Amino acid sequence: MSIFANEFMIRAFVGAVVIGLTAPALGIYLVQRRMSLIGDGVGHVALTGVGVGLLLNTSPVWTAVVVSAVGAVAIELIRERGRTSGDLALALLFYGGIAGGVMLVGLSGSRSNANLMTYLFGSLATTSRSDLVLILVLGAVVLGLAIGLRPALFAASHDEEYARVSGLPVRALNLLVAVMTAVTVTISMRAVGLLLVSALMVVPVATAQQVARGFLATMGLAMVVGVAAAGSGVWLAWEIDTALGATIVVLAIAGFLAVAVALAALRAVRRRTALRVSRLGQAPARADAEPHEVVLERR
Amino acid sequence: MSTPIVEVSNAVVGYDDKIVLRGVSLSVQRGDVVAILGANGSGKSTLVRSILRLVPLSAGEITLFGDKRFKKWQRIGYVPQRIGAGSGVPATVAEVVGSGLVARRGIFRPPGAADRAAVTTALHAVGLADRAGDPVSSLSGGQQQRTLIARALAGRPELLVLDEPTAGVDAASQAAFAGALTEFVAGGGTVLLVAHELGPLQPLITRCVVVHHGEIAHEGSVPAPAGHHADPGHDHVHPHAPHDAPGMWGA
Repeated sequence: MSIFANEFMIRAFVGAVVIGLTAPALGIYLVQRRMSLIGDGVGHVALTGVGVGLLLNTSPVWTAVVVSAVGAVAIELIRERGRTSGDLALALLFYGGIAGGVMLVGLSGSRSNANLMTYLFGSLATTSRSDLVLILVLGAVVLGLAIGLRPALFAASHDEEYARVSGLPVRALNLLVAVMTAVTVTISMRAVGLLLVSALMVVPVATAQQVARGFLATMGLAMVVGVAAAGSGVWLAWEIDTALGATIVVLAIAGFLAVAVALAALRAVRRRTALRVSRLGQAPARADAEPHEVVLERR
Repeated sequence: MSTPIVEVSNAVVGYDDKIVLRGVSLSVQRGDVVAILGANGSGKSTLVRSILRLVPLSAGEITLFGDKRFKKWQRIGYVPQRIGAGSGVPATVAEVVGSGLVARRGIFRPPGAADRAAVTTALHAVGLADRAGDPVSSLSGGQQQRTLIARALAGRPELLVLDEPTAGVDAASQAAFAGALTEFVAGGGTVLLVAHELGPLQPLITRCVVVHHGEIAHEGSVPAPAGHHADPGHDHVHPHAPHDAPGMWGA
C-alpha cells in the first residue's frame, strides 16, 4: 500500500514538514542563548496543559498552548533575574509540569496509557484535521516572526546587554521567544511528542552550525535539515512501523553525526595535503596571522 | 556652558551589602575624550555601567544629554569589554556589526541598502572591510574587539562609551582602534572610556578620571608615567594576548 493512500498519512506528512521548518527556525535563538534544553522543560509543562484539556473535554492542543506559554514566560522571568535559586525553580516547574500532566491524564479517564504515550513520543495516526489546521496556522505565525524579526532577535540573543543599551526592547523580545517556544512545542507534540520536541529545535541547528559561516546561513541550513529529517522520518516510521517522534529524532542525530564525520575526514585530508606541500619547501597556509608582540625593550 | 552629554551627580551603587560607588560626580562635555582609570575592583566599570543604566543607582542621579529619563539610545554607541563567550552559533562580522543598527531602524523593518552601506563604512573605519563575511570566531581577539567598535560606530552615535577596549589587544589592533577613535573625535564625537592602560589612545585623551575605592581620586590631565613605564623606549605590552600561529615569521 502506498504511504499516501491514507489521508492520515498525508496529514502526518504535512504536519511534520511544517514542524521541521518551524522548530529549527526558532530553536536557533534558543541555542544562541545557550538555552538548548528549555524546549524540553516547556514540553514537560505542556503535558499539564494536555491533562487539563482531556479533563475538560476540550482540545488538548489549545490548553497545552496556554499552559506551556504561561510556563515559558515564568521560566524567562526566572532566567532574567539570574539568581542561583532559578535553577531549583526551573526543576520544580519541570517536574511539577510532567507529574501534574500524568495525574490529570489519568483522572480524565482517557482510555489508556497509549494515549499518554502518543503525547509524549508522537504518533503518525493522531493528527486530526483540526489539529493540522492549527499546526499550519500557528506554525506559519512562529515561522513568520522567527524570520521577520531575525535582526532584532539575533541582536538580543547574541549580546543581550549591548542590545539593551542600543535601545532594543530586549525584555519584550525575550518574552516573545518564550511564547513562541511554547507554541512550537505544542504544535509539535502530535508528531514528535513532548519529550522529543526539543531535539527538533536543537539538533538541526547543531548540524548546520558545523558547516555554516554566518547566522543567516545556519538558520537556512537548519531549516533544510529539519524538513529533511521530519519528512524522511514520516516515511521511515511508516515503512518499519516505529514511533514517529523517535524516528525523526534518530534521523536528525544521524545527520549530525554524518556531517561531523565527513568534516573530520575532510580536515584530515587537508592537513595531510598541507603537510606534503610544506615538506616540498613551500610555506604553510597563513591563518590570519597578526604580528607577534615580541618587542618588550627597544634599546 | 552647554548641556553636558553626561552628568553624574553623587551616584551611589551597591551590590547586595557592598558599596561599589560612593557618591561619584562627573561631567562630560561635548567633544570631551574622558578616560576613566583605576585598578581592578575600583568601581570604574560600575561607573560606566550605571551611566548606561545597566546597573541601578542606590542614590544620586545621572542625566544623559540633559535628560533624566533618557530614552534615545541611538545617540550612544557602547563597546563592551568582550564579545559574548559565544554559543557556537556562527555569526559573520557583518552580521554582528549590523546588529548595532536594528534599534535605530526599528525592529519590524528589514535592513536596506543604507544599513549595508553603514556596516561597510564602519568596517572600513576599523580596517576590517575584507573580513565582513568571515565568522567572528575566526578573528583574533583584537579583531573581535574592532568588530565591536564597528558595531557601535555603525549607528553613528554622538557619544561612544568603551569598557576596557584595549585590554589584551595586539598592537596592530590597538593602532587601528586609535585611528577609528581619532576619526570619530574629529567628526565631533564625545568619548568616555574605561581603561587599564592608555597605550596609543593617550594623545586623544582630553581628561583623566582616576577611580579608587569607589571614589574619584584624581581628575585632570593624563598622569605622567612612572617607574620603568617612563623610559623613553618603553613599549608597554602585555604578552599574554591570544595570538595566532607564527606562520608569518616562520615562513
